[in-house]
Amino acid sequence: MHESLYMYPLVESVHVLTLCLFVGMSVMLDLRLLGIALRRVPVSEVIDRLVPWMVAGFVVMVITGVLLFYAIPIRSYQNIFFRLKLIALVVAGLNAWTFHNGIHKRVSEWDLVQKPPKRARIAGAASLALWAVIIVCGRMIAYNWFDCDMPQRPLVKWAAGCVEKPR
Amino acid sequence: MLLPYFQWFETSAIGELIKNSSWAFAVIESVHLLALAVIGGAVLMLDLRLLGFGLKRQPIPAVAREAWPWLTASLIVMLVTGFALFVSEATKCYYSTPFWVKMTSLALAIAFTFTVRRKVSMSEEGRVRPAMMKLVALVSLTLWFGVGAGGRWIGFSG
Repeated sequence: MHESLYMYPLVESVHVLTLCLFVGMSVMLDLRLLGIALRRVPVSEVIDRLVPWMVAGFVVMVITGVLLFYAIPIRSYQNIFFRLKLIALVVAGLNAWTFHNGIHKRVSEWDLVQKPPKRARIAGAASLALWAVIIVCGRMIAYNWFDCDMPQRPLVKWAAGCVEKPR
Repeated sequence: MLLPYFQWFETSAIGELIKNSSWAFAVIESVHLLALAVIGGAVLMLDLRLLGFGLKRQPIPAVAREAWPWLTASLIVMLVTGFALFVSEATKCYYSTPFWVKMTSLALAIAFTFTVRRKVSMSEEGRVRPAMMKLVALVSLTLWFGVGAGGRWIGFSG
């Protein structure tokens, strides 16, 4: 893919524009969980109606993201921002899982409440923060400040998993 | 004709500041991207509703009223950060076709959003035909897609 002139920009454009769908819908859901937006709409309705769009967006994000990774696997693997992004993705997944199997199970009790219970608000805030980190890290992968072929501090070398080239 | 102005932007204090910093462009671009997620959510939520998807149990004006403050706020952040990015490489933008595609789409998208789309989505139910609403949503999606795709492509073109 990195040999083609148009493939990489094209896949990356799809990756970035699908952000609007996936993260855009997540933001709206998170804002509802925080009691900031859509306060008159039942939480269950926001989830039922927006999550299918989020899932569709997420599938496209993962497919295009994996393709982008495969174009430059070694550089990505040894990139601090790529590693941070993956960690934040896992934490975001855990956050969603905890919400789904926790306070969301009793959503009928707080469905119409304008300001959802604390645990739902924490899940919403954590999701917003994590996706912000994921977006910023994703953008930063393109910069080479901490690349292994640049002079780096030992901590950076360790975090990026740099391998010393044999002399 | 506009080239001298673009060059002036680039040599202005803000332009030099961003251009000469190793991280300013990256940080401003990240904020631009974060606002993109919000504006994407605000635009899509209402356009999906106009198309008959998403929060379809809610009245359209209610969804419009919810989406509008987020749209305006994120648009302001987009414009401010976008202008800062532009100033730092104004001459490159002048010669970039995607830049002009983006600016044309942006002008049309803003004009359409705050006139036709606002009027249609805020009007009482039954006053606008569903076919008209769908058309408004499709025009909105097309224009904003032009803005996003053009914007991404500025970075790819020489």
